[in-house]
Amino acid sequence: MLRFIIRRLVQMVGVLVVLSLLLFLWLRSLPGGTVSAILGERATPATRAAMEKAFGLDEPVWVQYGKFVGRVLQGDFGPSTSVLPGTDALDIFLQRFPATIELSFFAMLIAVALGIPMGYVAARRRASFLDNASVVFSLVGVAVPVFFLAFLLKYVFAIKLGWLPVSGRQDGSLDATRVTGFFVIDGLLTREFDASVNALKHLVLPAVALASIPFAVIFRITRASVLEVLDEDYIRTAESKGLTNRVIRGRHVLRNAMLPVTTTIGLQIGALLGGAVLTEAVFSWGGIGEALALSFSRRDYPVLQVIILAAAAVYVLVNLLVDIMYAVIDPRVRTR
Amino acid sequence: MTPSPMDPRPSAKKNRIDSLAATAGGGTATAVKDVHVSAAGKVGDTGGVSLIASAWARLRRNPVFLLGAAITLVFVVLALVAPWIAPHDASKRIPELLDDLRPGAIPGPRDGFPLGSDEFGRDLLSRLLVGARQTLIVGVFATIFGLTGGLVLGTLAGALGGWVDSVVMRVVDVMLSIPSLLLAVSIAALAPRPSQWTVIIAIATVQVPIFARLLRGSMLAQRSSDHVLAARALGVKPQAIIFRHMLPNSLGPVIVQSTLVLATSIIDAAGLSFLGLGNSDDRQPEWGQMLGEAQRLIQDYPHLAFYPAICIIIVALGFTLMGESLREALDPKSRR
Amino acid sequence: MTSTSTSPSTHPHGRTGSSEPLLSVRDLRVTFQRQGQEPFEAVQGVSFDVHPGQTVGLVGESGCGKSVTSLAIMGLLPARGNRVSGTVSYDGTDLLTLSDQQMRDKRGKDIAMVFQDPLSSLNPVIPIGLQVTEVLERHRGMSRKAATPVARDLLDRVGIPDPDRRLTDYPHQLSGGMRQRALIAIALACQPRLLIADEPTTALDVTIQAQILALLKELVQDTGTALVMITHDLGVVAGLCDEVNVLYGGRIVERGERHELFAQPRHPYTHGLLASIPRLDAPRGQRLTPIPGSVADNLPWTHACAFAPRCSQPIEVCTRVMPELVPHEGRPLRCHNPVEESR
Repeated sequence: MLRFIIRRLVQMVGVLVVLSLLLFLWLRSLPGGTVSAILGERATPATRAAMEKAFGLDEPVWVQYGKFVGRVLQGDFGPSTSVLPGTDALDIFLQRFPATIELSFFAMLIAVALGIPMGYVAARRRASFLDNASVVFSLVGVAVPVFFLAFLLKYVFAIKLGWLPVSGRQDGSLDATRVTGFFVIDGLLTREFDASVNALKHLVLPAVALASIPFAVIFRITRASVLEVLDEDYIRTAESKGLTNRVIRGRHVLRNAMLPVTTTIGLQIGALLGGAVLTEAVFSWGGIGEALALSFSRRDYPVLQVIILAAAAVYVLVNLLVDIMYAVIDPRVRTR
Repeated sequence: MTPSPMDPRPSAKKNRIDSLAATAGGGTATAVKDVHVSAAGKVGDTGGVSLIASAWARLRRNPVFLLGAAITLVFVVLALVAPWIAPHDASKRIPELLDDLRPGAIPGPRDGFPLGSDEFGRDLLSRLLVGARQTLIVGVFATIFGLTGGLVLGTLAGALGGWVDSVVMRVVDVMLSIPSLLLAVSIAALAPRPSQWTVIIAIATVQVPIFARLLRGSMLAQRSSDHVLAARALGVKPQAIIFRHMLPNSLGPVIVQSTLVLATSIIDAAGLSFLGLGNSDDRQPEWGQMLGEAQRLIQDYPHLAFYPAICIIIVALGFTLMGESLREALDPKSRR
Repeated sequence: MTSTSTSPSTHPHGRTGSSEPLLSVRDLRVTFQRQGQEPFEAVQGVSFDVHPGQTVGLVGESGCGKSVTSLAIMGLLPARGNRVSGTVSYDGTDLLTLSDQQMRDKRGKDIAMVFQDPLSSLNPVIPIGLQVTEVLERHRGMSRKAATPVARDLLDRVGIPDPDRRLTDYPHQLSGGMRQRALIAIALACQPRLLIADEPTTALDVTIQAQILALLKELVQDTGTALVMITHDLGVVAGLCDEVNVLYGGRIVERGERHELFAQPRHPYTHGLLASIPRLDAPRGQRLTPIPGSVADNLPWTHACAFAPRCSQPIEVCTRVMPELVPHEGRPLRCHNPVEESR
């Protein structure tokens, strides 16, 4: 088990190294490059040259890459140029990170809590009306652009019906105490329960919109995987032992069927980060997704760097955790 | 879905792609004999039914596939004839509509303009019709480019093996580890001026690693399969083996994936437009672009977003329904 | 379609001929109905008896309906897409009329089954120990704790070395032979009176096959368990079974006591099966005589002998009239033109 984790960690470092190289090359190929990004297009050749020297752009590429990696490792991404000019890019990221985590967590919670049971039931009643209906529902979920769904929910439930808040993470008038940056948890910690409830209300619409794609994917994987497991010889063996339905379902079917579902959940974390960019923009969420959309449209490269690198790192890390969890469930991986 | 104990790295995106790849190799090479009873009293020839023939036999009866195919057919026909059936010039501002167009008032439906005007006084219905063509272009070209890139990388890696395989697959793994929307956005940001083609290339790039892994997986599976070994034993040239024996048998999963990519690329194009990275030239409208642009006005004129969104959802659903039923039909395991 | 059931109890069989049968299968039919396809009758009126402690073989090539017969007896055929008729009486109860719950109470306790592929038949993510104890928990009402030493003894009994350690092992950590032993331990955990073994040695190495067969033989002899042995391998039958039923195309074509059947196969199919086994004592240079064609060449039983197209000695009537299963020289046989010579 330990050797398994170490091997995965080494692989993860490898992925991150290649990733940093790609990121470095990407930054260098952005239109106008770093200098134009800072000075603007109309800088004189003299100022450009001075700036290039100041940034070390006249040095060989590998030296620049080395310095780039050095700065990244120290968390020095430089100040933001246009999202919040002058503020340290890393600070912008850290300040907004909890908002995105909170949103993604609730979205994933919804997707898992609906997707797995529905997938299981659909598989057990294969080809029934219920099965066909939920399959079509899940396919519609994939076909709807996330940001349009977000707008639709906001339009209907917030603007027209007024049941839920239109945007933001919490009513500013509450003046809630901040501890962790996770507003729901903050409310519980400080016993400002109304603040927690308020934050939850704000969470509903964006979390549902963001959950649509992971829900559809988890539902379909669960369904396919349960169908496959039901067909396995060992389920026939379990039936031949006369075991009760409850034991067969819980011990034999679900446990095996959850293996591919586990990895899918890890993978969907990546899709969540992508969807969060769009959803946060619709609900003015104030998370990194919104910051990413802003920094793209305003070409704020320091902020872009830190967010992309962090997003990829989180993604890789989550998948490492998922692989470890997989090994816990599946002895074939663990005891090799 | 239970991963083989051979694979110590169960990453879901890879697994999903690989398991799709594993459904290859059936192709035309595998003919499953059906029990054939000849009533005449002679020893009848046993009818071999190829995978494709039996897949088609089942598809023809599958209502899900038929619905998807019908939607796709209508969409493609519409895209082809759009300029001729559109009541007005989609790129022209129409005086009749312009007369009633002022800040805060967009003309609604009226005689000759069943859906009313867009925000610049152009006929919305004509723009939707012509948009079908541009949408098809984006979808088809993004898929073709993605497929071509993946084909080259995957064939190289799968057919040559060795260090080529290692290098290609490392890069592919890293690309897969970046959330797909983030990757598309990053590529789109490289273009100094966004256009239809930067959108297409950004979306295609995201598909390259998926196709590459898919093809490599099925190539590897086939390299040691009996029909390839037999061809090699007969002295067939390596190129002929790759192009005549291995590639055709990998086509099943590639067709499935392509169908699904057609859907996602249309949705992704909308996402890019929404983030301001789409095609800014709206003389030739595209649904994703129309939807992305309409978001600014959604609170007052939801119908401007609603119509293109519905079109996108229906078409994406059509492609997805078709792709999913193709996947099921081509899976040798579902033939029982 | 005419009924083909000939009561087997009127004929002499194995060593326990005098007692009441433990399992009595009468006119068992299984029809598969897949959407958009012609219904396919996999088992077309099979009847046979198994007496307590007797070992009965069901022999035939793949597709002859032997596995479907065993699954039908166990009530393990999928609920959808097939129809089962006839009677399967076990100790006086018709299993086909039992509810799902009543059948669950019988399976694993009164009737148990061993399957073909021991790797895929064991749950890969559950330790061997739990796969044994869960049967004891279910049918004996034992706690997991109380069942564990019993499971350990069972593993020991089926010849698994170091059973204490194996309790916590997973299936992939065992060899093929050990896995099949574990499956046998699971099947015998509640001391069932009837054990059905469906090709239990097919997936194993030849040397292991002999060990598993010896183990099965020893266990059924010690416990008095009746055994239905399903196989395509006449070698397995020769070493183990008291009585042998030969199946072809979903029907029994010949039945007989082991020695009689081997010494004087009357059905050309049985004869062909025996002739296609390589023999060490055959004269040098003598070629094997395989049966030509495959099951796919079958004629429909309704108005012919299904085996006729592959038969070595068909006569005109074979392609027109279905032969009935009737006594021929004291043994049930379904053939218009039996083989008369002895081997």
